[in-house]
Amino acid sequence: MARTLAELAAGLAARKYSAVELTRDALARTERAQPQLNALISITAEWALAAAAVADQRLAGGQAGPLTGIPMIHKDIFCTEGVLTTCGSRMLSNFVSPYDATVVTKLKQAGMVMLGKANMDEFAMGSSNETSFYGPVKNPWDPTRVPGGSSGGSAAAVAARLAPLATATDTGGSIRQPAALCGVTGFKPTYGRVSRYGMIAFASSLDQAGVITVSAEDAALTLQAMAGFDPRDSTSVDVPVPDYRATLNAPLAGMKIGIVKEFFGAGLQPEIEKLVREALAALTRMGVVVKEVSLPSLPLSVPTYYVVAPAECSSNLARFDGVRFGHRCENPKDLRDLYTRSRAEGFGDEVKRRIMTGTYVLSAGYYDAYHLKAQKVRALITDEFRSAFQDVDLLLSPTSPTTAFGLGDQTSDPITMYLNDIYTIGANLAGLPALSMPCGFAGELPVGVQLIGPHFGEARLLNAAHQYQQATDWHLKTPASFAEGFA
Amino acid sequence: MSDTQQSQAAQGGWETVIGLEIHAQLATQSKIFSGSPTAYGAEPNTQADLVDLGYPGVLPVLNAEAVSMAVRFGLAIGASISRKSVFARKNYFYPDLPKGYQISQYELPIVGKGALEVMQEDGSVKRVGVTRAHLEEDAGKSQHEGHAGVSAIDLNRAGTPLIEIVSEPDMRSAKEAVAYMRKVHTLVRYLSICDGNMQEGSFRCDANVSVRRRGAEKFGTRAELKNLNSFRFVEKAINHEVQRQIDILESGGKVVQETRLYDPDKDETRSMRSKEEANDYRYFPDPDLLPVVLDEAFIDALRSKLPELPDQKAARFVKQYGLPEYDAQLLTASREMAGFYEAVAASVPADAKLAANWVMGDFSAALNKDGLDVTASRMSAAQLGGLLARIVDNTVSGKLAKEVFEVMWADGSEADTVIEARGLKQITDAGAIGKVIDEIIAANPKQLADYRSGKDKLFGFFVGQAMKATGGKANPALLNDLLKTKLAP
Repeated sequence: MARTLAELAAGLAARKYSAVELTRDALARTERAQPQLNALISITAEWALAAAAVADQRLAGGQAGPLTGIPMIHKDIFCTEGVLTTCGSRMLSNFVSPYDATVVTKLKQAGMVMLGKANMDEFAMGSSNETSFYGPVKNPWDPTRVPGGSSGGSAAAVAARLAPLATATDTGGSIRQPAALCGVTGFKPTYGRVSRYGMIAFASSLDQAGVITVSAEDAALTLQAMAGFDPRDSTSVDVPVPDYRATLNAPLAGMKIGIVKEFFGAGLQPEIEKLVREALAALTRMGVVVKEVSLPSLPLSVPTYYVVAPAECSSNLARFDGVRFGHRCENPKDLRDLYTRSRAEGFGDEVKRRIMTGTYVLSAGYYDAYHLKAQKVRALITDEFRSAFQDVDLLLSPTSPTTAFGLGDQTSDPITMYLNDIYTIGANLAGLPALSMPCGFAGELPVGVQLIGPHFGEARLLNAAHQYQQATDWHLKTPASFAEGFA
Repeated sequence: MSDTQQSQAAQGGWETVIGLEIHAQLATQSKIFSGSPTAYGAEPNTQADLVDLGYPGVLPVLNAEAVSMAVRFGLAIGASISRKSVFARKNYFYPDLPKGYQISQYELPIVGKGALEVMQEDGSVKRVGVTRAHLEEDAGKSQHEGHAGVSAIDLNRAGTPLIEIVSEPDMRSAKEAVAYMRKVHTLVRYLSICDGNMQEGSFRCDANVSVRRRGAEKFGTRAELKNLNSFRFVEKAINHEVQRQIDILESGGKVVQETRLYDPDKDETRSMRSKEEANDYRYFPDPDLLPVVLDEAFIDALRSKLPELPDQKAARFVKQYGLPEYDAQLLTASREMAGFYEAVAASVPADAKLAANWVMGDFSAALNKDGLDVTASRMSAAQLGGLLARIVDNTVSGKLAKEVFEVMWADGSEADTVIEARGLKQITDAGAIGKVIDEIIAANPKQLADYRSGKDKLFGFFVGQAMKATGGKANPALLNDLLKTKLAP
């Protein structure tokens, strides 16, 4: 039984099965799970089987890479040529992208087989996947609960072992929080490490593409293919991409891990704190040295984020005006009517809330008090992280203050919903790489532990997570009603 | 408003204050943030890629050539060049603005304070301050007519690089504003950063206009005039607006701060939107683009490659050719005209002023008449130089040279050929001219008697008769000398 992407790749290389067989299996699991989980918005069976056949030729011809023939799912925020790309919104419910995102191109070139597009919070705005125009995703561990968000479909799909990899994006925790709530590994690289071209923008200075996988090793394998400078994204960074897999087995002895005091405050479920401290203990048994560090401005990260992200989103989402693509209202009577009705009908409540917040904080007379001040706090938080990394190699914290909550429990209270990202937002504001990995269960529900690294410290993060996963098997646990592996 | 009216306004104690915002399209091959071509006149929407169309997920990538061009402009006006400038988003909704925001520069423009020396019609030089110049993308074009009740959008122009040059409110009349605008026009073409084509909208401006009581320190309330795409319209629109404001103020009213659109067909401005209706553009730094950071080496390299600029060239013309400042300014208004002049002057090195007169006079008039640019001239500099050489060596008189010029312009022939074929060569043979004079004197005894009795004016009569008899070919100096001798009592 192949439990991870790496094991699946080994099976393909050893001809235990073909890519077409794997794809058929994966499609069958996906179709079966869809009514229970609603994890996907589109299933691209025909495309997948064609890609799998090509992958088999590459495998037969000895031109295969480690990802060739592996089924995967793209978050529906990535533009995929010729395939519906909705971003979870009615606004784009008719949008067939004319081009591929750079991430999509790279994984295509690596020979991966796209099964479909994952459900998500509308325009990646949400922490529960309940803002999707296509309905909420259910958590495979308990279908009455949310999978987290915004990459809820991606996390649920990997948790239910529909595919070993789903791409995801993280603006304030949208990879890590659903990974924690679904018991899978979620990896957000450094801002600029992976191209944003073709990834529909929410908050450009915070958005980062990453992956949701079973293991850190799988994340390393896929990051290898996704990372790198893209001349079409000015904010992607031109630094060499190291061999992430090569350092996975480096010993952790002497590695210094910092515990952020501010991350263990009120609001954290006690069982989660206990499991996170157990994970830390497991790491110390491998020779990791623990230090307590303080990031005094970190409690300001949520309010800072909820100025910066809505400001950028209010501008980024202006292009959805009913003129060139996307939803257009019926029989507009004039230009203003076309704009207001198309946008009123096309966007959901949470998106509207953020557009309005963002418009407000950028308005004449408020810019200095909100946007400018938020930028200053952001710089402060970034500096505090930077000085923390003078003393430690990585930081460790819970990923989410709670386990998966019930569907509908927080939808009436946006502020409570926003606090789901309290531990994850700091890494976005500072542009740092971070991951969440399973570290046990609170009752029946998975709990995640977060590791944060310095800029371009991906290799170190993956190394620590891989070593932890060598010593534990939390990441290999699967929900009872879903498959235990991929083939 | 006519100049007479303008001066009446001034006498009425009002002073006009004008600042211009000039938009010059940069002559890059591709757009400022995408790879689409910038060529004018293509089929609608054939030069707009996904970036220009503002598709979901696409990102802007800055065109380095546009940055170089903006810096060259800054260097040419002695402005400070920002070592770090930042692109910002100007947010507003309009169908020809695909992203819902225009990428511009706001707090940190690439070019800071500079100035231009502008020669006025009376020959005086005025210094006009430039507040800043920044890079931005152009919007597309909306067409509201000719599409059966709907509007059409052409996004070919969307994303074309612009430099917006913002002046200080330093100009005091429409004529000054036009002179400044012409100077900027000259400069951007010298720098080869803009083709200056106003019909195609490559060079256009908005004018901020206000009036105040002469001597007042505080500026009056201003109106911003849009859609000024010719020098003539700038002058007319400003004059019209000044009169409108004076009329309001003199009848006890108040000028409202607003944006007004100039309608060249009706020669009037009308309100587009008031200050209250103005957009709140919600500028903020564009997170998709990094700050533009320039180092000294980059700036120095551009500085060292600047061409000879209009003022430098004009100064050289004064020194090298001994031309009056006014001629030098006129001849250097375009690099092509200046080059043409220098080539003509090379044919008559001792008579550079003669060359200037002909280039500014008959030659420019002929170009104007046929609506041609100097680069499309029917006559080469060598041809014109050839004609002038014949004036200098007395082969043809200045007067007949004009006739030669006409023929050359019409059929492209050489001066010598025309002079030969038409028999326009000057008569410099004293015997031949003397014979003609003798005949005229003999035929006009009364006039001779009158002249000799003191009617000096009749000298002209004899010159005219002699010219008539020689078909205008008599060498004028020689004719004068001989006539004086022969008419003497």
